[in-house]
Amino acid sequence: MKVSMSVNGRQVSGEAEPRTLLVHFLRENLGLTGTHVGCESSYCGACTISLDGQAVLSCTMLAAQADGADITTVEGLARNGELHPVQEGFWERHGLQCGFCTPGMIMSAVTLLEENDNPSEEEIRRGIEGNLCRCTGYHNIVRAIEYAGAKMRGEEPAPAEWENA
Amino acid sequence: MYPRQFDYVAPSSLDEALAALDANPGAKVLAGGMSLLPMMKMRLLSPDMVVDIGRIGGLGDITDNGDSISIGALVTHSEVAASGLVQDHGAALATAASWTGDRQVRNRGTCCGSMVHADVAADQPVAALALGATMVAASSGGTREIAAADFFVDTLMSALEPGEILTEMRIPKVGAGTGSAYDKLGRRGGHTDYAVAGVAASVTRSNGSVSAATVAVTGVGSRPVLAAGVADALVGSDGSDAAVEAAAAHATAGIDVLEDLYGSVAYKTHLAQVFTARAVKAALAAAG
Repeated sequence: MKVSMSVNGRQVSGEAEPRTLLVHFLRENLGLTGTHVGCESSYCGACTISLDGQAVLSCTMLAAQADGADITTVEGLARNGELHPVQEGFWERHGLQCGFCTPGMIMSAVTLLEENDNPSEEEIRRGIEGNLCRCTGYHNIVRAIEYAGAKMRGEEPAPAEWENA
Repeated sequence: MYPRQFDYVAPSSLDEALAALDANPGAKVLAGGMSLLPMMKMRLLSPDMVVDIGRIGGLGDITDNGDSISIGALVTHSEVAASGLVQDHGAALATAASWTGDRQVRNRGTCCGSMVHADVAADQPVAALALGATMVAASSGGTREIAAADFFVDTLMSALEPGEILTEMRIPKVGAGTGSAYDKLGRRGGHTDYAVAGVAASVTRSNGSVSAATVAVTGVGSRPVLAAGVADALVGSDGSDAAVEAAAAHATAGIDVLEDLYGSVAYKTHLAQVFTARAVKAALAAAG
């Protein structure tokens, strides 16, 4: 069957089986391998994308269900070589180690900050509850999202903790 | 993990969806897919056909019917949790929806889908029981209404017949003096993940005593189930902490408590009593 959608601002279409999962359509049909396949069982959040502005699991959705949708993946965040504030935050605040969870973690953070650009630490932690990271203990991820929120509000981010040491 | 192959239709009207179900007895209905697709990926289910109701208009709203509110088949957990109408008339359901799955799951998964899936440890079915919800099932032969108390038949089994689609769930509106609440222990601690044990309660106070109570327990038995013994003990009491705690001792009376990976019979029985007391106290506080 033919499916069509907007991905990172570009109208795309392709052939998919009914059982083709959206994450595989993105990775294999469109070559957008930034979206990761992790647990494949709706727990880890590595496959998180923005679908019509909401964080969803692309491994637990048929490509057919996304027909006509407006999708943003991690590849669609940077503009003209400038990192998105959330990407910059993960860089500046060491929000990743192995990086496997990072694309999903970033897409969760982006959609969270689109809904609320000044979340409390608790709201940030709740906002990324669907994204598992086995390296960082989440500490620097929270700091990265706080950094991004400040940037998006036009404020100067708080100094990194290690700068105060 | 891919599901087995299946035929897929995404009709734009309810009549077409019902006709597709009639023509394909092995078909499954897909709304948010947060339960169906994982089961298909794990090959626990391999339907010949998937009928995606996600493109049918008119199923995505929470509406005020005057004496009740309707939650359409495509309303997501996120939308239920954020709805002022649900918070006002069914706080237990709003809370249960806010603790269902995680943010990504709540953005796709549907309240009605959670009812139909009828997981033994799901959050929202007990809220439906406590609130006295009515399930509205459509088939090509018409619609029928099923009381929540008759809807959860057994593990992963609802009263919905093949060929039926749950198009809406109705919750009666409540006035002053009635309040509801949900509380649970999640499998990953706090409120996260399915309930090891969870309890929804709805209570009405009048003239200084409890005049009505409905309490339901999830996670401990083979299905979400009413705890009639708790309700019986509460009604007519003064609603004091002592009365609530005495009533909570009946939390699993008549329920066959099942051991699982998350707890023994004794532990689950204890949790059911603890969370019954907490949920009833919170419902009484909300009732004013």
